[in-house]
Amino acid sequence: MTGTVVQLTTPLGDEVLRLKAGDHVELSGIVYTARDEAHLRMREKGIPFDPKGAVIYHCGPVIQDGKVIAAGPTTSARMNELEGFLVDKGVRGFIGKGGMGKTVREQLKGKGVYLAFTGGCAALASSHMTLKGVFYEDLGMAEAVWAIELDRLPLVVGIDAHGNDIFEAARVHAEEVFKTSTTLSCQSRQ
Amino acid sequence: MTKPAPLHKALADATFQAYREAVIRLPLDVLKVIGNAARDETNPVARGEFANILKNIKTAGELAVPMCQDTGVPVIYLTLPPDVPLTQELYDAVAEGVRRATREVPLRPNVVDPLTRHNTNDNTGLGMPAIHVKPGQKFTVTVLPKGAGAENMSRIAMLLPSQKDQIEKFVVETVYLAGSRPCPPIIIGVGIGGTFDGSAALAKEALLEPIDSMTEYEQQLLCAVNRLGIGAMGLGGDFTALAVKVKTAGCHTASLPVAVNIQCWANRHATVEVRR
Repeated sequence: MTGTVVQLTTPLGDEVLRLKAGDHVELSGIVYTARDEAHLRMREKGIPFDPKGAVIYHCGPVIQDGKVIAAGPTTSARMNELEGFLVDKGVRGFIGKGGMGKTVREQLKGKGVYLAFTGGCAALASSHMTLKGVFYEDLGMAEAVWAIELDRLPLVVGIDAHGNDIFEAARVHAEEVFKTSTTLSCQSRQ
Repeated sequence: MTKPAPLHKALADATFQAYREAVIRLPLDVLKVIGNAARDETNPVARGEFANILKNIKTAGELAVPMCQDTGVPVIYLTLPPDVPLTQELYDAVAEGVRRATREVPLRPNVVDPLTRHNTNDNTGLGMPAIHVKPGQKFTVTVLPKGAGAENMSRIAMLLPSQKDQIEKFVVETVYLAGSRPCPPIIIGVGIGGTFDGSAALAKEALLEPIDSMTEYEQQLLCAVNRLGIGAMGLGGDFTALAVKVKTAGCHTASLPVAVNIQCWANRHATVEVRR
């Protein structure tokens, strides 16, 4: 990480290919929320917005009186096997928390990025958001697809378009520590 | 005789206020521990996550909106003084406070039937709110809104009495398996002893204890967990967990129940005295 913040605006193009895992970015422009149910419906019935360069936000927001009240990210891994058709149709980015699996990492190669937003930071998120529209409102508040305009939402590149994945690096490290740790490993340090 | 209507309103109001406070502002001990970790974290990506967390806490307070969109399910602890009898009315009043909080804060309607998945849209349901009652001197209501990301990563083990040394491994394993999913840096409630269900209740109650002080045993568990290096949001870093709190209870000589209740960095809870 260089310490500089990259400015990005949707729809995204080839500029995403230059991003590296660990880069801090600020994203502006329209993004679309989608969780499990919305993914299933889009896969079956088609994408209700222009997917070219689009960014999907894994989020089930709290909306009241046409305003985004709270909109932090949900666990992206639930959608691990549901993103292929979106990337194929031109989606360039996913925002969420916790990272995604190998399938998505491979699908994003040469095409797009996974951007991590800090879990639980729903108030911070909503202070960077304006509600623009909604699809699939019958799925309920959490599962509907909300079109939201971002104004410089602070994110970090979790998975870049070259297969680098900082979540995976942290997971592998944790696995090594767990498999090699002896019981009561910290006792001697007291 | 108690007067039903005023008591109902007073408890419903207190529940509403505690819920509102809990989802908007963190307790001082939690703020202190997050602040210390933000200061001490050395990983640059994790430092960015802490910056967002601190900014989010500030924004939620200023705008008086929930800090997280997962406003949880209502876990309620009531303390009843000697002159307040435990009646159905108390349960109804707490549920009324939860419904009002859902409409007015607002909260995300999270409570569904476990099998049909039908959403009641008011955060109540069969056995919800989950209400725990104990005797005390003051009439208070504590609301602990529990989000699913962290709750889903919780585990329980019925260890053998000879496996006391395995408790640490079980705690570390639980955090390892959870990885990035519970929104680390987490707070870990550990219930040791009691019964199968009792240990789980202890683990959750442990989350209500002040987290800015820990016993030597709790610090040892925290140290072991943080060696995993999962870090804030699973991006790698020094603080996978912020605190470990342990509660114990007597158990069968042939048992050693251990429950680990995971909480995200937003260790939300608030207590309000019921004004009668």
